[in-house]
Amino acid sequence: MLFGKDAPKENLLVRGTRVLDPVADLDATLDVRIDEGVIAALGTDLDPNSHRVVEGEGLLLAPAFVDPHVHLRTPGREDEESIASGTAAAAAGGYCAVLAMPNTDPVVDSAATLGSLVEAARIEAEVPVGFLAAITKGQSGGELTEMAELAAAGAVGFSDDGRPVAAPGLMRRALQYGAVTRRRLALHCEETTLSHGGQMHEGEVSAELGFTGYPSVAESLMVERDLALAAYERQPVHLLHLSAWESVQAVRRARAEGVAATAEVTPHHLCLTDEALRSLDPNLKMNPPVRSASDRTALIEGLKDGTITAIATDHAPHARYEKEVPFEAAPFGVTGLETAFSALYTHLVEPGLVPLETLLERMSAGPARIYGLDEPRIAVGSAANLVLLDLNASHRITEDLFRSRSVNSWLLGQTVKGRVRATIAAGRLAFAG
Amino acid sequence: MADIRVMREDLRPPASPPRRHFISIKDVTREDIERLLATARTFERSLDREVKKLPTLKGRLVINMFFESSTRTSSSFELAAKRLSADTLSIKSSGSSVDKGESLKDTAITLGAYDPDVIVIRHPQIGAPQLVARVTEAHVVNAGDGKHQHPTQALLDLHTMREALGRLEALHVAIVGDVLHSRVARSLIQALGLMGARVTLVGPPALLPRGVEAMGCEATTDIAAIGAADVVYVLRMQRERMEEGANYVPSLREYTARWGVTPERLRPGQKVMHPGPMNRGVEIDPRVADHADALIETQVRAGLVTRMAVLYDLLTTGPVGVKTESVLEVA
Repeated sequence: MLFGKDAPKENLLVRGTRVLDPVADLDATLDVRIDEGVIAALGTDLDPNSHRVVEGEGLLLAPAFVDPHVHLRTPGREDEESIASGTAAAAAGGYCAVLAMPNTDPVVDSAATLGSLVEAARIEAEVPVGFLAAITKGQSGGELTEMAELAAAGAVGFSDDGRPVAAPGLMRRALQYGAVTRRRLALHCEETTLSHGGQMHEGEVSAELGFTGYPSVAESLMVERDLALAAYERQPVHLLHLSAWESVQAVRRARAEGVAATAEVTPHHLCLTDEALRSLDPNLKMNPPVRSASDRTALIEGLKDGTITAIATDHAPHARYEKEVPFEAAPFGVTGLETAFSALYTHLVEPGLVPLETLLERMSAGPARIYGLDEPRIAVGSAANLVLLDLNASHRITEDLFRSRSVNSWLLGQTVKGRVRATIAAGRLAFAG
Repeated sequence: MADIRVMREDLRPPASPPRRHFISIKDVTREDIERLLATARTFERSLDREVKKLPTLKGRLVINMFFESSTRTSSSFELAAKRLSADTLSIKSSGSSVDKGESLKDTAITLGAYDPDVIVIRHPQIGAPQLVARVTEAHVVNAGDGKHQHPTQALLDLHTMREALGRLEALHVAIVGDVLHSRVARSLIQALGLMGARVTLVGPPALLPRGVEAMGCEATTDIAAIGAADVVYVLRMQRERMEEGANYVPSLREYTARWGVTPERLRPGQKVMHPGPMNRGVEIDPRVADHADALIETQVRAGLVTRMAVLYDLLTTGPVGVKTESVLEVA
């Protein structure tokens, strides 16, 4: 279900580094030897065996990250992102795999379109990519796509991301038929009659700034509906980019009742509140919007207690000219692939809000599990999917850091701690910086 | 090649003062407002003279960019600049390159190439003045950005209230109507708050923004609440912002019956204000609009002098005290 460049596999020895795999309960200073892209030995004083040596002293080696939600803008907006540039950005952010959403132009709703993307990924993807296909044709909420054929053609899941499946009856049919594909439906929960015209979270800040509010209930109402349908049909669902505490509550309750629901949260929802919008910076405009401090706290709690098992960047590149407009005229979306770890390490781990182990798990094994992908592991015999991190390095986020074709990052100009030094994806050194 | 001589620090010309803008009431202090109101008062006196033009801003360029229809604001900004002898250029969205799809950024850069001292901008979208401030070297004055801010309107309203009632401190102002869509209300709530006045918002539930009390005011749906106020500030029922089928209120008829400001709902001596343009018979009864207690025409006159004060303040440094006042008298 993942497609990438067929490139020579690495022979590497990472020497004397802190090796941390929260899933394996491994945290020790070790040498890691990679033979032909596969982890061959973990130990001390390993023989380099004429392998290239990477000195890991003072650094941390962890399972590389998996991003379950990115927009590669291909086909249709290759000026904003391509498979090559988006996956280069992913590699720079420590990711060994990304899953791309199908809201392109044309929408990925046929095996032919999907097939062309798979072919392109095999030629140009710096890290393996999985593609979600649309739930409804043209994502227009009218009729189902040929889901079984799309699954056979390599779709990793199904989503109408960017918009909800508005009609409950159609959502039910999608759940029923989706079962045939053994792929998960990933749902964008938004009741558009409540969010209509909304620019930011509805609350004290929107009241003061004069923006039309996008209330929390516009999300949580749809979350409740989709969980109810999933429970009724006994089908799994994945809920995209949760933003409101009511939504976290609903997912927690449904999971406790046995519904196979999973959920993700973005770095910006974990790091920011609507107070940040006072700057009127169009790079803070996203859907769903960042919400109040209590919503942020609930998302962090949900991440810690396992209600939310994945961090997804929702990397949404936009052309510079599209964001250099008044806030209200700007499109929704921010980039995040290059900066996710640094942002989360700075805003969650350093202040003691989330343990490092939890962050690493939710960025790697957590998202992989949702879509049934191999979890990146640090164990002998596993494919080398590794990220080498420097937790002590501070750096300022500037445009030259981005490998993406777009620079609409909310972190521009900020100084963050924690930096990706190298990424090994599917046994190949995809990034070294 | 000529020798490169190092200029001594104390021989350098003084750095130009930091560029100031007037974009949001949120950015200014009580002292700023006091200073601007004092300057406005000075200009008010100059307007009583036969020749009303002052040479103060001679040689300065003020560009007015109006991307939304406006009578009062655009005319008063243009006249304010002219009364101060500045050159003015007025750009409207229709008939300009905006019609041809030019972005605000490009239009601002184009006009910025003329080195304007001040750009006054009215735009339907929140944040437009900030964008102009980012891409030009001019002082930027916000003449209304979407539903966000209209700071010079707040200033002229404060001027009107102080002239009519003699104080702002502890004044009780009821703002009635469509607060949700009103940049006038947002700026005025903040400005009155800075000056120590009390604000009560009155309107239909869906037109009072959720969480608005955090701005330091009270909010109620009961029109009887206007009875306790010194000033009743009536907002325009912004029909052009009412989206089709939004159902903020069932009908204008029902709005007028419940929230219209009528003589019966007012006490004698209560002052009534309206930012204009009025929908007579909708939010305001014609008998109220034409009554002696209505300050609506005074507001328009105040608009001219307060906008003169804003232009003057941005282009000169330091507060305008009594001394400056006397200088102006002879000017």
